Amino acid sequence: MLNFSRLKINTIIVALIFFSYIFLGNFNFFKKTNLFFDKNINLGLDLQGGSYLLLEIDIQPLKLKKLDDKAIEIRKILREENISYKNFNIEKDGISFEINDIKNKEQTIKLLESNKNRSDFFDKITGSTQNEKKEIILKIQNRNFNITFSEEFEKKIKKDAMSQSLEIVRKRIDQLGTKEPNIQQKGDIRIIVELPGLSDPSTFKNILGKTAQLSFKFLKLSSDSLSSEKIKSKIDGSILDVEKKLILSGENLIDAQPGYDQQNKQPIVSFKLDRVGANKFANATKDNVGRPLAIILDNEVISAPVIREPILTGSGQISGNFTTEEANQLAVLLRSGALPAPMKIVEERTVGPDLGEDSIRYGIISFVIGFLLVFIYMIYSYKIFGLFANIALFFNVVILLSLLSLLGATLTLPGIAGVILTVGMAIDANIIIYEKIKDEFKLEKNVIIAFDNAFKKSYLTIIDSNLTTLFAGIILFFLGSGPVKGFAVTLCLGIITSFFTAFTISRLIVSKFVLAKKNEITSLKWN
Amino acid sequence: MELNFFRYKNIFIFLSSFFFIISIISIVFKGFNFGVDFKGGTLIEIKSEQSIKIENLRISLNKNKYENFSIKEFGSDSNFVIYFDIKENKPSLAQDLKNNLEKDIKEKITIRRVENVGPKISEELIKAGFLSLILCILAIYFYLWLRFEWQFSLGGIIALLHDIIITSGFFSLFSLQFDVSIVAALLTILGYSINDTVVIYDRIRENLKRDSKSDLQLLINESLNNTLSRTIKTSLTTLFVVIVIFFFGGEVLRGFAFAVSFGIIVGTYSSIFIASPILIYFKVKRDWTKKIDTTP
Repeated sequence: MLNFSRLKINTIIVALIFFSYIFLGNFNFFKKTNLFFDKNINLGLDLQGGSYLLLEIDIQPLKLKKLDDKAIEIRKILREENISYKNFNIEKDGISFEINDIKNKEQTIKLLESNKNRSDFFDKITGSTQNEKKEIILKIQNRNFNITFSEEFEKKIKKDAMSQSLEIVRKRIDQLGTKEPNIQQKGDIRIIVELPGLSDPSTFKNILGKTAQLSFKFLKLSSDSLSSEKIKSKIDGSILDVEKKLILSGENLIDAQPGYDQQNKQPIVSFKLDRVGANKFANATKDNVGRPLAIILDNEVISAPVIREPILTGSGQISGNFTTEEANQLAVLLRSGALPAPMKIVEERTVGPDLGEDSIRYGIISFVIGFLLVFIYMIYSYKIFGLFANIALFFNVVILLSLLSLLGATLTLPGIAGVILTVGMAIDANIIIYEKIKDEFKLEKNVIIAFDNAFKKSYLTIIDSNLTTLFAGIILFFLGSGPVKGFAVTLCLGIITSFFTAFTISRLIVSKFVLAKKNEITSLKWN
Repeated sequence: MELNFFRYKNIFIFLSSFFFIISIISIVFKGFNFGVDFKGGTLIEIKSEQSIKIENLRISLNKNKYENFSIKEFGSDSNFVIYFDIKENKPSLAQDLKNNLEKDIKEKITIRRVENVGPKISEELIKAGFLSLILCILAIYFYLWLRFEWQFSLGGIIALLHDIIITSGFFSLFSLQFDVSIVAALLTILGYSINDTVVIYDRIRENLKRDSKSDLQLLINESLNNTLSRTIKTSLTTLFVVIVIFFFGGEVLRGFAFAVSFGIIVGTYSSIFIASPILIYFKVKRDWTKKIDTTP
C-alpha cells in the first residue's frame, strides 16, 4: 500500500487543487479577484440571523364549512322530493338525520347516491370506479342516515387547502418584501417559511396568522326578522348584531391600497371591486342608503360606516381607526386574498443578526484552538509523522468545507460544532494507522513491510469504526430538525472525507517519506 | 508494560450498575429539565450593553403583568434568557417585552433570539428524538451482528445503553437543560463510544483467530493493552475539541459540548471496562478455523 501509481498521485493532487480552489472562493479577499468560483457556503438562519416559522393549517373549520354546504344540498333534495325527516344534525365528522317514513328509504338512498357521485371532470377522464372516488360515505341503520366525507375527499380538501394556502402565503410575503424568503410545504398541513436577515418578524407573523376573510354585511335593524349573529367590534369592543346575509366577500376584491382620508388625515384602506362585486355592491347600497354597514375581517367588525349614497363605481374605502402600520397590513392581506382555512404559527425560531455574528466568531475561535491542540498533540505523539497527519487533517477540513459549498448545504451553528468535532475524530484514522505501525514494527524489522502491513490491516478497522458514527449521523439527518440537521450533515461528510484523506493524503506523504528514508528509520521514537 | 484490566473488574461492574440504576431512577421519578424544544413555550434571549441585575428584570416583568416566566443569566450579566409558558405564538411578545424592559430599566436592550414551540411540535420533537436514539441503537446492533458474532453485538449494545443512560441520568439528576441538541449529543456519543468498542473488538477477534487455546480473559486483556494507546489518544483528541467548544463555542453550544465530553469519558471507560470484560460471560466462539472472517 506504499506504492502509488503516477496516475493516482496526479489524481490526488488535482483533487486537492480543485477542492482548495472551491474552498478559497468562500473568502471575501479572494472573491474580489473574480478568479474564484462564486459558490459560497450557505449560512443557516442561526448564523446569518433571521426567522424560521412553521405554519399549520387548521383543516377542521374548512371541513365543517364543506359539511354545511353538503347539508344545505341534502336538505334541498329532501324537500324537493317531499321526503319528511327529523333530527337533522351537523356534527364534527358528519351529517345525520332520520326519515319519518321507512317507505322512503330506498328513494332517499338513491337520491343521495346520485348526489354524491356527481363526480368531477377529473374522475371521468381517469375512469375510476365510483367506489374509489366517492365523495361521501353513507351509513344507514333503519331510518337513520349518517353521512360522512370519504377519506379521498378529505384528502382532496386538505390538498386543495394546502396549495391555495401556499400560494397566498407566497403572495403575502412578496407583498411585504424581504430578501430571499424560502417558502415550502412540509407534510400535508404545514408550511415552512424562512426569512433570512430579519431581526423583527412581528409584521410577518401578524400577517401570516390572519385568515383574512373579508365580508360586507348590514347591521341588523330592530324591525328586521332576518337571522343575525353577534360579532365583536374591533373599534370599541362592543357586540354588534349583524345580519347573516352576505352582501359581498373579499373574493370580489381586485385591489387594496393603504392611504389617508382626505378630510381627517386618518389612515385608511381603499379598495376596488371586480365587475360582479361592483354590481352587487351597487344594488345593495342603492336600496339601503342610511343604513350602517359592517365590514368584517375574520369575525371582527373592523369598520361600520353608514351608507350615505349608493356606491356605483365599485370602489370604496375602509376607515377603522387604523394606525398607518395596520392600514398597510390590511391592504397586504386584502390584496393577497383569504386563506381557505385558518393558519397558526406552531413553531418559531428567530435569531438576531448580532447573535449570529457572535456564533460565527465563537465557532471560528473554537475551531482554531481545537485544531491547534490536536496539531500539537499529534506532533508530540508521532513527531514528523504527526505533522503528516496534520497536513491530511488540514486538507480534510478544506475538502469538507468545499463539499458543503458544492452541495449547497447549509452551515448552522451545530454544523460548525460538527466540523470541530470532525477535527477531533478524523485524526482517529491516522492514530489507528500509526498505532498499527507501532505494533507491526515490533514484529517486522523491514520498515517498508511494516508500514505496508499497517495500512492494509487498519483499513477495515477504520471503516468499521467510522460506519457506526455514520449511522448516527444519517439517522440524525432524517429525524433531526432545523439546525441540528446541519450537525448531521457536517458529521457525515466529515467522516467520509477523513477516511479519504487518511488513505490518500497522509498515506501518500507517509509512503514517500518512508521510501525515501527507509535506511534511516530504525526505530520510532513515538510517545 | 501490561495492565490487568480484570483486577478490579467487580468494582467497575458494581460502580457501573450503581450509576446505571441511579440514572434510571432519576429519569423515571425526577424526569428531565426539558428545554423549550421539548416542553413547548416561548424563550426570549435578551442582551444589554451594560450589566443588569436579574432582580430588576424580574421586578419589571412582574410590574408589566407577565405570568409564568423564569429568567436565567446566559453566560454573562448582560445576557439573559426569559422563558414564558406561552405556547401559542404571540406576534408582538418580543417587541413588547423589549419596550417594557427598556422603559423600566433604562438600558438599550436587543432581542437576540426568540424560540416558540407549540404543544404539538414539542410532542413530535420528543418522539423524533426518542425514535432516533432507538433506531441508532438498533442499526448499530445489527451492524455489529453482521460484522462480528452476536456476543460482540450484545456486549457493545450493553455498553452503549450504559453510556447514554448514565449521561441522560446525569442531566436528569442535576436538572441540566435537556433539549434537541442533547439528543444530537447522545447520538454522537452512541457513534463515538461504539467506535472505540469496535476497534477493541476487532483486536480481540484478531487475537482469537491467532490463538484458540489461551484463556479468554488473558486474550481480552492483551487486546485491551494492544489498543489502549489508540483508545486514549483518540479520546484525548476528541475531548480536546469538545472541551474547546465548551469554553469558547458560546452559550448555545455549551449544553451539547458538555454532554459530548461527559459521554466520551463514560464511553471510553465503558469500552474498556464494560464492553470487553462482559464478553467472558457470553461464551465467545473460540474455534475460528471453520470460518475465517465474517466479512462479505
